[in-house]
Amino acid sequence: MTLAVANLSRPGLGPLSFTLEAGECRLLRGASGAGKSLLLRALADLDPNEGEVRLDGEAREALAAPLWRRRVAYLPAETGWWAEIVGEHLADRAGAGELLAALGLPEACLDWPVSRLSSGERQRLGLIRVLLLAPRVYLLDEPTAALDAPAAAAVEALVAARLAAGAVALWVTHDDAQAARLGGRQLFMRDGRLEEPGP
Amino acid sequence: MSEAASYVRLDFLDLAIAALLVLLNGGLSVALRLGIARHLAVAALRMVVQLALVGLLLTTLFRLVSPGWTALAALIMILVAGREIMVRQERRLRGLWAYGLGTGTMLAAASLVTVFALTTQISPEPWYHPRYALPLLGMILGNTMTGISLGLQTLTTSLVRERNAVEARLMLGATRQQALEHAVREALRSALMPIVNAMAAAGIIALPGMMTGQILAGVEPAEAVKYQILVMFLIAGGTALGAIAAVLGAGLRLTDQRHRLRLDRLAPPREN
Repeated sequence: MTLAVANLSRPGLGPLSFTLEAGECRLLRGASGAGKSLLLRALADLDPNEGEVRLDGEAREALAAPLWRRRVAYLPAETGWWAEIVGEHLADRAGAGELLAALGLPEACLDWPVSRLSSGERQRLGLIRVLLLAPRVYLLDEPTAALDAPAAAAVEALVAARLAAGAVALWVTHDDAQAARLGGRQLFMRDGRLEEPGP
Repeated sequence: MSEAASYVRLDFLDLAIAALLVLLNGGLSVALRLGIARHLAVAALRMVVQLALVGLLLTTLFRLVSPGWTALAALIMILVAGREIMVRQERRLRGLWAYGLGTGTMLAAASLVTVFALTTQISPEPWYHPRYALPLLGMILGNTMTGISLGLQTLTTSLVRERNAVEARLMLGATRQQALEHAVREALRSALMPIVNAMAAAGIIALPGMMTGQILAGVEPAEAVKYQILVMFLIAGGTALGAIAAVLGAGLRLTDQRHRLRLDRLAPPREN
């Protein structure tokens, strides 16, 4: 499983080229406004952009956009909610039980109104929505920004399990301790470009 | 024609007497310094001039009974109504779409319904007789215009407001149709609200204008009611057709083939 990006660009971004190998978690770092979220949105094909993005050699244009986004899933820093009740946002309510437990959320929260959720609960439920899709690429935009240390560790463990099964992740973090825990290679962004071009 | 005999003609003296009411209010405004005299006078004068011109124009068109001139008058009405739709939008589509989408869908819906009514139900001789075609088009157009402009307004404002929610669905693999479903339904509901309310209130809370006019002109109430029911159906049909086409069209324009939300195709909000 590889994600190969070549000459990805849009206004304010790129051109960027890099490759993520199976099981890899690449950290995406850089100051606010450096273009990290623009890059993640472009990879999920949420804004018009140019360049080549291939998943296992298959170009994204070969797939319908909704199918592409299930494989290359984006978790934004601020999650969106379109229905009143939490459970209506999950593709698979029954499958969510284990994930809820792993992230320290009560199963009853699926029947709560969205307005009752704290920002940390929203962030964890947003991640569960993404995990339920079982994507091959995880584009995570500060997924633990609103979480305390134990919850952040639980998120890291869940993602690590997916990586061990062959997925890849591009993880935005401003937290140096978390970066050290996650390890691996890093991409640094400034003004929409990579500081050190990737391989 | 015993019906025509019951019709009371107005002369200019009658109008002058009625105008005294406006003058009276103007006097009150000046005396109590309410500041409405000017607005009232300008609006009253405008109304008299506009209606006198329309009366003159209709008299000429009715004498000519020409398909060409009737069509031209209809087209001008539609183009002006199209501009009105555009002006009422807080967030317009960029470029020609701002005028084109509302006007195009209204042109299609209103003319389809008007021609349908003229050729199959009312059937005057000839079918395009301006005495039937223009008032009918006017009623259908006015309501279709309101419906389309409410629908577009609701769609664009709710997509801007609910951007995160719509994009959240797209991110999780929804198609653009699924992601916009909620906003489209809300837009159509608001587009059809006025005509639904008008039908619900007809006859109980309000006597519809056309029926009232016919009764004043001496038509039997039962006959006037039949006409009003016909017109209500035509208005409901035209408004729904126009609003559905405009809202779905705007939904397509504000997304793209890669199922992205394209709010960049909206012009920036206008001042005031």
